Amino acid sequence: MKDWRYWVARQRGTLLAAGIFVAMFILYASRHPAGFSANVVQTAANKGVLLAFVAMAQALVVITSGIDLSVGMIFILTNCLASWIAFGSVMQTALGVAAVLLAGLACGTINGLIVIYGRLQPIVATIASGAVFFGIALALRPQPGGQVNPDLADALTGRVFGVVPASILVLLAVVLAVWVPFSRSLTGRAAYAAGSSEIAAYMSGLPIQRAKFVAYMLAGLLSAIGGLFLTFFTYTGEAAFASGNTYTLYSIAAVVLGGVSLYGGSGSAIGAIFGALAFRTIGDLLFVFDFDPLWQPLFQGMVLLLAVSLSSIGLLQVRNRLEWFG
Amino acid sequence: MTDTTPVSSRGLGRLLAAVDPAVATSFVCILGLLLVSSFYSANFLSPEYLLQQLKVASFLGIIATGMMLVILLGQIDLSVPWSVAVGGMMSCALAAHGTAGQVFAIPFGVLCGALIGAVNGVGVAYLRIPSMIVTLATNAVAQGLMVVYTGGFSPQDSASAAMRYLATGFLIRGLPNAVVVWALIGAAAVFALTRTVLGRVVYGIGNRERAAYLSGIDTRRTVMIAFAISGALGAFGGVLLAGYASKAAQSMGDAYLLPAIAAVVLGGTSILGGKGSYLGTVAGVILITLLQSILSVLQIPEFGRQIIYGAVIIAMLLLYGRGAKQRQ
Amino acid sequence: MDAPPLFRMDGVGKRYGGVRALENATLEVQAGRIHAILGENGAGKSTLIKIMAGVVAPDSGRMTLAGREVAFASPAAAIKAGIVCIFQELSLVPDLTVAENIVVDDPPRRFGLIDGAKQRRLAEAALARAGAADIHPLALVKDLPLSRRQMVEIAKALGRNPKILILDEATSALTAADVTKVFGVLKALRADGLALLYISHRMHEIAELADECTVFRNGQNVTTYKSGTKTDNEVVELMIGREYSHVFPPKPAATSSDVPAALEVRKLGWTDRLNDISFSVKPGEVVGLGGLDGQGQRELLLALFGVLRGCRGEVRIDGKPAAIASPSAAKSDRFGIALIPEDRKTEGLMLAMSVRDNLCFASLDRISRRGVIDRETEQRLVEEMIDLLGIKAADTAMPVGTLSGGNQQKVVIAKWLMRRPRIIILNDPTRGIDVGTKQEIYQLLRKLADAGAAIVFYSTDYDELIGCCDRVLVLYDGAIKRELAGSGLTEHALIASALDIGDGKGGQRLGVSP
Repeated sequence: MKDWRYWVARQRGTLLAAGIFVAMFILYASRHPAGFSANVVQTAANKGVLLAFVAMAQALVVITSGIDLSVGMIFILTNCLASWIAFGSVMQTALGVAAVLLAGLACGTINGLIVIYGRLQPIVATIASGAVFFGIALALRPQPGGQVNPDLADALTGRVFGVVPASILVLLAVVLAVWVPFSRSLTGRAAYAAGSSEIAAYMSGLPIQRAKFVAYMLAGLLSAIGGLFLTFFTYTGEAAFASGNTYTLYSIAAVVLGGVSLYGGSGSAIGAIFGALAFRTIGDLLFVFDFDPLWQPLFQGMVLLLAVSLSSIGLLQVRNRLEWFG
Repeated sequence: MTDTTPVSSRGLGRLLAAVDPAVATSFVCILGLLLVSSFYSANFLSPEYLLQQLKVASFLGIIATGMMLVILLGQIDLSVPWSVAVGGMMSCALAAHGTAGQVFAIPFGVLCGALIGAVNGVGVAYLRIPSMIVTLATNAVAQGLMVVYTGGFSPQDSASAAMRYLATGFLIRGLPNAVVVWALIGAAAVFALTRTVLGRVVYGIGNRERAAYLSGIDTRRTVMIAFAISGALGAFGGVLLAGYASKAAQSMGDAYLLPAIAAVVLGGTSILGGKGSYLGTVAGVILITLLQSILSVLQIPEFGRQIIYGAVIIAMLLLYGRGAKQRQ
Repeated sequence: MDAPPLFRMDGVGKRYGGVRALENATLEVQAGRIHAILGENGAGKSTLIKIMAGVVAPDSGRMTLAGREVAFASPAAAIKAGIVCIFQELSLVPDLTVAENIVVDDPPRRFGLIDGAKQRRLAEAALARAGAADIHPLALVKDLPLSRRQMVEIAKALGRNPKILILDEATSALTAADVTKVFGVLKALRADGLALLYISHRMHEIAELADECTVFRNGQNVTTYKSGTKTDNEVVELMIGREYSHVFPPKPAATSSDVPAALEVRKLGWTDRLNDISFSVKPGEVVGLGGLDGQGQRELLLALFGVLRGCRGEVRIDGKPAAIASPSAAKSDRFGIALIPEDRKTEGLMLAMSVRDNLCFASLDRISRRGVIDRETEQRLVEEMIDLLGIKAADTAMPVGTLSGGNQQKVVIAKWLMRRPRIIILNDPTRGIDVGTKQEIYQLLRKLADAGAAIVFYSTDYDELIGCCDRVLVLYDGAIKRELAGSGLTEHALIASALDIGDGKGGQRLGVSP
């Protein structure tokens, strides 16, 4: 009987994020003129899934108490790359998609090398690597353009059985194929341990270097999946600096909203997904409540500020002030 | 234990020990850059070019001063982009309101930045929210406010005469005002960091806030003041930038966030806090400005500039910014 | 010894910068025996263990295990070879569960992924073997109190089936009941043929457990002897290498009672950790806090210094009611309170900052005018404090982290003495300090009391409490159970009160002492 209580206590952040998102979405769908229809869900899913992938990437790195400020740029880079090679015959498209995913993996590997084996601080190192990735994206697409395999794009951004958005299914598949094996493996556990207490993890003989390196690698891969999806949506590749920046910063917001601790060691990528979806729904809510779209950025900012302030309320109630300090 | 080393070598030893390898490397790199680029054209070593670079560097330098203060605490300030923009836009906005507006334009812009910084400070110090996320949020809120204010269009107001004079004038013949302003702010920063209680406390908090608190220091107030100063300096940078261009622009601050952080870190300030000297930040600012300018003059296309920019930062950090090995 | 040693260390050396932690160290460990290691802090015990456990690499020397020469590239390698260490700084990951921590480096797997059910069964077995079956395997380690965490640490070590088990001050955080259980487990392991290496400062524990003892001093093995063949005094003299006599300065006769109390506490309470505490301290008195670990002593000291929120009751300074809202209020001239905190490395000092910066850190208002620091005043006060406390630092501009533990603690104390506080609170100030510096601190405390300060002093060392304090308040469950003074202040009375039992009625022998 007590067992599930322990599980709930541990997954609290993720459950809360899920609850908040569901509440927001129900509110949104109920106000939407088209109601809770498949179309509405599909549009929302397609928009949200983009940030969800980047948020998953960020969550993996944050859990190891690192940070990756280049995820947005990997997202943009893979978008531009996909607009060059992800089309043609089935074989060509498949190879193109594989190449794009490999490119993301490569970017993540570079990040892993400089942060883990170069022993550089992740904040600055990933800012710099982000600049390099953006440069490559700009070289690929100085002007927006390109194309993508239309059948694949339609399939993955459409609906399955007329109801379920394909993008959600892909998200689910990625969670099952990437996150679940990672979190249940020794490497994943070492990742959590590294974020929770690196000294303890080291003294316990855990492979922390490998775990952190894998986290950065997978972050690159997940961002690449997001970039692929962007190409499926927009049918173009565009090296938009502002967009890359935005996705990076929003991924951090999603991670925090999703209950992942910025200090590392706790939370889950699934929580980050809900955080991303919730964050995206803010804009939709404003639209549906007839707010001037001019006010959207302000609202997103205020919601973020409010959310993080509220999550810190616990710290305010603390009776022993020494607990404020790490 | 008595110290029996002769006085002269003690002094030299202390001097050598005091020179931070990071700062030295940065200055060496600056000289190296200038040397290499002089092979392309002798103009790179001309006083006009160097002074122009110093002037451009001044804007980044003022913004980086605030960033350094926050990083010394062991925190980070990601609200720089819109603090800068708010400073520029709000000062121009007030300048459009008659003579009283012209007079108070600059202080008003700075005050708006200080306000953003104060909100950051309250969030970090009193609500104990990680600085990365609080400053992200205030950046978004500031952006939202400016979007609403301008109605989505680019700002139309012009900068005041005072702003233009500060950014582009020449009080001393041959020396741009912007450089003078940076020098003054820099001097104040050095004084504050090395000779005042505030500076001592900032280093202490960056080293170990728990110990600083248990020494009876009001750490929360100091953190808040530091963020307020950072916001004010960012906004002041925006004021000067608006003066330079004669008006503000929508995303004027976006290009300053990453260079500010990079400049501070390349100058030897530890991102974990508690260690760093202002001289290093000066070196970092000049280095980054020079790098961007040389790449632009050599007409290297934008994508090449980005790649080189990022690669150089990583290379420099690999030289002296590496962490300790796990096993000793 | 008859059988060849299971493990041997020869000529092992290790330097940290300019400090020689180990020099030409030797050690022999036999299977089926408990081998105790004694020595002051800085004698090299910790480094020795870290080399054996693969945490640090030796600069020279060799180690042999079961006749074969070994070298460990990492803790994982040492664990694989069968050498498991339970460290003083716990190696548990706070955000993982007990079960995850116990099997942490080699969890049971199925199809490449971790098998949760099997993991739980293994954890429950290990916990039972360590005598800690009451701990739930799904609890997060960060939610457990320190004594439970130590038990998990022991279970984790046992789960790795060690050939050599090293315990580094492993019982310091345990309750008395746990200590008895653990001793039973250790003796059973000895009977099973394990070799145990036991580092402790507690002579009673060593007397009960150890078969042979080794004393380390200045990084070298001074001597190895069979347990029980030397008196405590002889052992201490071996540890400090000089004549060991009269540790404590004489105490003055009881003061006259018309002097008003400097500090008076009335019915102080805080959450459920402190209940209805009332006592007073006169200027010139040294009042001690005793009792088992974790009975509220630490919280009481923090409450007096303004760190705790929501305290009930009243505190009076010099007869006037005082609301101490924060440490900065506590240290102000109005109250004049100073706290020497529990952990000097994380609470008392900023290790990377200079000795001089650390010394002045609590007195920045005294060395500055309108926010600007006056270098002459700073220099004068720094020199004064270094002289007063005899701090051995070659250059005050060096980081304080380069000083020895004893000197670091002196810097912490000097930092506060710079303010000439009226009320001085100390939280276990001599923990992990060498004997020589301890004596200096005892002398200092008596001098400060004679000069009129009121001192409140928590220690886990009973001899210290008896030797330094005029009165001792024994805490149990957050309340004062007894006050002992004068001839009533004996070790027997302290232990009896700590266990909340009557005088001389079946008091359990605790493993606490010098």
